[in-house]
Amino acid sequence: MSKKSEKFNLSEWIFTTDHKRIGVMYLIGSIAAFSVAGVMAILIRIEQSSLGPTLAADAMTAGQQYNQWLYFHGAAMILAFLIPGLTGFAANYFLPLMIGAADVAFPRINALSVWLFWAGIIVALLGFVIPDAPDIMWTGYPPYSILTGGNTAFYVFTVHLLGFASILGAVNFLVTVIYMRAPGMGWNQLNMFVWSTVTAFVIQLVFVPVLAAAVTMLLFDKYLGTHFFDPSAGGDVLLYQNLFWFYSHPAVYVILLPALGILYEVVATFSKNRIFNYKAAVYGGMWGVVLISGEVWVHHLYVSGMPDWIRIGQMISTLLISLPVGLLAISLFGTLYKGAITFELPMKYAVSCLFLFLIGGLTGIPLAITALDLHLSDTSFIHAHFHYIMGIFATFSVFAAVYYWFPKMTGKMYNDKWGTIGFWLNFIGVNVTFMPLFKIGVDGMPRRYWNYEMFPQFETWHYIAMLGALLVASGMIITILNWIMSAMNGKKSVDNPWKSKSLEWTHTVNPPGPGNFLKDVKVADDWTPYDYGK
Amino acid sequence: MKKMLTALTWIGLIMSSAIAMASDSAGVIKDPAESWKHLWMEVMIDLYIMGGIFGALAIYWLIKYRAKSPDAVGKGPKLTRSQRWAWAIVPCVLFLADDLYLGASGWSAWNVYRNVPENAMEVKVTGRMWNWEFEYEDGTTSSYDVDGDEGEKGDGLVVPVGTPVVLRMTSEDVVHSFGITEYRVKEDLMPGRITYIWFYPKKEAESWVTCTEFCGANHSRMYAPIKAVPAAKYQEWIAKRAKEEAEG
Repeated sequence: MSKKSEKFNLSEWIFTTDHKRIGVMYLIGSIAAFSVAGVMAILIRIEQSSLGPTLAADAMTAGQQYNQWLYFHGAAMILAFLIPGLTGFAANYFLPLMIGAADVAFPRINALSVWLFWAGIIVALLGFVIPDAPDIMWTGYPPYSILTGGNTAFYVFTVHLLGFASILGAVNFLVTVIYMRAPGMGWNQLNMFVWSTVTAFVIQLVFVPVLAAAVTMLLFDKYLGTHFFDPSAGGDVLLYQNLFWFYSHPAVYVILLPALGILYEVVATFSKNRIFNYKAAVYGGMWGVVLISGEVWVHHLYVSGMPDWIRIGQMISTLLISLPVGLLAISLFGTLYKGAITFELPMKYAVSCLFLFLIGGLTGIPLAITALDLHLSDTSFIHAHFHYIMGIFATFSVFAAVYYWFPKMTGKMYNDKWGTIGFWLNFIGVNVTFMPLFKIGVDGMPRRYWNYEMFPQFETWHYIAMLGALLVASGMIITILNWIMSAMNGKKSVDNPWKSKSLEWTHTVNPPGPGNFLKDVKVADDWTPYDYGK
Repeated sequence: MKKMLTALTWIGLIMSSAIAMASDSAGVIKDPAESWKHLWMEVMIDLYIMGGIFGALAIYWLIKYRAKSPDAVGKGPKLTRSQRWAWAIVPCVLFLADDLYLGASGWSAWNVYRNVPENAMEVKVTGRMWNWEFEYEDGTTSSYDVDGDEGEKGDGLVVPVGTPVVLRMTSEDVVHSFGITEYRVKEDLMPGRITYIWFYPKKEAESWVTCTEFCGANHSRMYAPIKAVPAAKYQEWIAKRAKEEAEG
């Protein structure tokens, strides 16, 4: 609390090794990426809202700029907002507090991670202002990404920088959880968020190198004359797609798991309840997802001419994801059962996430089935599906996290009125935007199309989707302004406003100073972060 | 008792897939589009049931278990060891049964998609940035290019009603994808590989082929009409095309 008198010192922030400041830097960087990528989303929706070129004079310009927006929106949202927002910001700030540690195991490596992340953000943003902006979608499939006049190198370097940040972060946090838990804290006493981060980082550690290899080969093919992906010289186009999705499907669980972890914390706190079937959710649910995550990538290649046996095999493994995810859903929904539920702002986001999770999760089932995907692949249906589960669900969970831990991070309370207005605009807006896309997707609206002159019947739906996007835009502006204003001028908060039982609330002040805890933390054998019943 | 339960579980799991597989019958040409629509309905029912259960429970609990006082705490059950296992295994078996049923239905539909009828007419499809070319069995070609010379876009893909059509597809430059909503089929075209799909035009119809794999600036303008016309009209058209080509 003595921080108030200290003056803001930029170099102290830049050279800090304090996990909390690093977490805040991750948050600022990822929200910056989110805001720019959000502007792209609005441009995309406006372009599609009418049949012909809406924001350009001719078709060629419309196509080029639209593709650049799409590239930036996808790459920045996934690589620079969702993954760093969840595993960078949330894990950095709260994981050491939840396990009663003074910092992470390797604080300087942690600082290196956040610098690499910022470098990645800067390269990604530069990619948009250079004249040959990348236009290869976040997937970067060759041969197009090799033949294009766009600057594929910026894409590759963005992935490299953020990938290194992720790998270093993964090592750091796994070691931290294994060795730095407070005395007495057994594996079954960890917060759900801690477990979700552990499992997410295991996935990162195993799979990120594969993506790094794939994009490096892309770089060599384009700039150094190799032929990894060039069939005319003995290479193979599909090799890239396989490597890319071998990482990028597990990557959606790197987003899903910590997002669920946050929801568990919020739902348990605002239901004042224990986690329903904790062990099944952790060992069956989270670890089950880790186990299956590496055997399902071919569902992104159902229409890529892969051999039939693997398309069927991975249809089954993809469907089996419903087992661990089902256990997580039962546990998360079950935590409401016999709770004492209150609906503060973080809980509003969490409850909306339960419904986004249902819609996004269930619409994944038809996409898992190979035969159905032969029509649905690359239509707006798929685009709506992954926006529900990976985009909005995960984004709302980040928002739930920011509001939930806002008093912890700033020592102040957010403005509830503006926060609530922002919430409703966001929640209504996303549904107005993406529900129509399910409908026109099933009817055959292809993805990544600014032009749909052959399907004039879809124009009204696109127009509605644009209106929804404008609602979301206003909601987001209000939300982010609310954070900034409340962080500066908010009312002082009490130390544990939600009466949570978790260590980050019970054992330290708001915001925690260097070293986190005033005295060493010890927990009893029967302590859990959720024992409200006592 | 335990053995019997295990046996029953396995029988149930195998039966659920067997039921889905058994609905196959031999003889008639099965249409991928119809298999698709049938399977879609099945899956939608499945989704609405599952979504309904979870959604309704959540809403009910959110209303019923609102905190009565600011100091109220939850009274969620502390599960015993056997309850924990039951709450893990029973849902898993249910999900597994559903997965296997859907998987088996999906596999049956997939077999329809991949088994090309013997009498199918073959058309070679070439995709390039950014137009389509179709070559028929007799060597006659047709094409479609939105930015064709002097507004001459081409006829697109014309097929006779009542004949299954198999497309052998490849690309000259980047990855494209050939999707027809009307017939519920789609497959990528790549340089260095030949892929195939087949469909069954049963009635006269005009619809669109769209490129569905991102291929650059004009990706969304890489489409072509596909017309299913009566056999006689088709013969007329292909003779006209052959003549035009002979005349250069």
